[in-house]
Amino acid sequence: MRSTFLASTKVRFGLVVLAFFVLLAVFGPWLNHLLGLDPQANDMSAIAQPPGGHHPLGTDQFGQDILAQVIAGARGSMYVGLVGAVVSTLIAILVGVPAGYYGGRVDGALNFLTNIFIVMPVLPLIMIVAGYLQGTSLTVIALIIGFFGWSGGARTLRAQSMSIANRDFVRAMRMLGERGRRLVFAEVLPHLTGLIASMFLHAMIGAIMAQAGLAFLGIASPSINWGTVIQSAQQQGAVLRGMWWWFVPPALCIALLGTAAAMINFGVDELANPKLRVAKPVRTPRRVRKLANAGGNR
Amino acid sequence: MAVVTLPAATTAARSPARARRRWGFLARRFGFYLAAAWSAITLNFFLPRLMPGNASGAIIVKLESVSGQQMSADQVEAIQKIFGNPHANLFSQYVAYLGQLAHLNLGVSISNYPTPVSDLLWQGLPWTLMLVGVTTVLAFVIGTGLGALAGWKAGSRFDTIVSPLTTFISAIPYFWTALLALYFFGFQLGWFPLSGGYDPDLASGFSPAFALSVMRYGALPAATIVFSALGGWLLGMRNMTVTTVREDYVLLAQAKGLTGRRVMLRYAARNAILPNFTGFALALGHVVGGALLTEVVFNYPGIGYLLYTSVQQRDYPVMQGVFLIITLTVLLANLLADSVYILLDPRIREGA
Repeated sequence: MRSTFLASTKVRFGLVVLAFFVLLAVFGPWLNHLLGLDPQANDMSAIAQPPGGHHPLGTDQFGQDILAQVIAGARGSMYVGLVGAVVSTLIAILVGVPAGYYGGRVDGALNFLTNIFIVMPVLPLIMIVAGYLQGTSLTVIALIIGFFGWSGGARTLRAQSMSIANRDFVRAMRMLGERGRRLVFAEVLPHLTGLIASMFLHAMIGAIMAQAGLAFLGIASPSINWGTVIQSAQQQGAVLRGMWWWFVPPALCIALLGTAAAMINFGVDELANPKLRVAKPVRTPRRVRKLANAGGNR
Repeated sequence: MAVVTLPAATTAARSPARARRRWGFLARRFGFYLAAAWSAITLNFFLPRLMPGNASGAIIVKLESVSGQQMSADQVEAIQKIFGNPHANLFSQYVAYLGQLAHLNLGVSISNYPTPVSDLLWQGLPWTLMLVGVTTVLAFVIGTGLGALAGWKAGSRFDTIVSPLTTFISAIPYFWTALLALYFFGFQLGWFPLSGGYDPDLASGFSPAFALSVMRYGALPAATIVFSALGGWLLGMRNMTVTTVREDYVLLAQAKGLTGRRVMLRYAARNAILPNFTGFALALGHVVGGALLTEVVFNYPGIGYLLYTSVQQRDYPVMQGVFLIITLTVLLANLLADSVYILLDPRIREGA
């Protein structure tokens, strides 16, 4: 099972990209130091310079190196992604799994809560909460994002644990007198590991995008991250001045990371749902058909 | 998906028992959305009161410094009803707050001083409703249609190109797509205006020239939203179609010798579309959130831009009002989606 998971090119691509950005987040500042770059330094001889020469990705309006900012920004963005994903996944597990396992009144209450959070427009809500907390830190932003972003995951986990709770091995253990809480966390939960892992990745991307969106709207901590780079580009009118190198690289990083997560999730989905594994077997007959057609034409 | 005709819907209406079940479903959903609206309103009530400091006091100080004059007693009272009166007990505050909302009195804006918040909201709402409404429906229809195609022939060239591509597209932050589109089509090529929602030289009204300028200004923002929102629908529909295509009833339909088109649309797609429709609720909040950012990029005169300026200027009354109106609109749209769901899924009509 593990080997089929890794055999997929999609999954391997995703894992490599993800690993790259994790390393960038951990070693970014050190890498900047090694390259002799400083995200804060103002190079007065190179204001708003296109990529090339001393500055591989160009400079912004204040003569700050974009490459250095993107490298330094990885840590902030990945940090928000990590904390936000941990919080939202934890809440999703605590709400979704008991709801699906116990059913009945517990499910009624928890599912109602989940549905309310599902229909709420989360981004405006986060904006308002963050707006009240003047001068927020990155951690607070990540916590808020996590707190409001768990509902989709909880719904999926509820459905899955509902089906697991009705399987024979769970029934058998219940008959043997196993306690409910142990059953939920030691027997049901391990069966959801793959799903939770893919949820976690999804939540991480969601949190990174939400944070970038918030930063874009001016809700950010003073520390540097991809969102703040895009925001300052927008605020200084980078688009209308044609300074594409200012706002393209940071968002490209987010998009790459998002694609990587989606690719890994594809692999997880195909593992969990064999019906989706169709792409490969169909390819051969098509080639055969083409050969046959070519033969027929001749 | 307009091709999916629904003959069952007309016959179902004839039976009173079925109609009752259908209304029962709608009534339950309506009850849920009422509860959701109530919790959003209550959340809106508690948030400023939970935050450190005295929110209404800060707002009043700010309002007085902006306007340069003492605020009248009833204006102070209105602000305190929304943002908290430090001297009153919580329950009577809550009742007063609900009463205030019932009168659609959301206080006055700080940055546009004497303008009531509700006036600002009414100005922005039509723009956002048009933009988000049209694009959401368009994205859903196009995405679901393409998804059905990709899933129907899973593994075909169309599928192997489009599916990974949309994965990448849906991983791109909304506002960045908008920035790039603005850069290429607005700045580089000069095909579209760079900002705003209409030609400022024209008098606003229902003249054809004005309507044309609205369309010209709205085309690019709308295209970016459709482009970004498409992927989710496409992938969801593709995966569902891949699983339904294997079902026995599809095989039977093919064995009966029905045309491929008919099997695909009436048998496979009609069943595959259901989860996508359920997902509508899940997506709508995100689409609205993304559209808010798009409005900021294009300086589009809607609710999102209003929220942006109010957050920048810490104009709390406007922020509150915008959140309230967005939530209520999203809930209403969900209710609409539920009504369509009844038409699509006979199992609800039959009450199975």
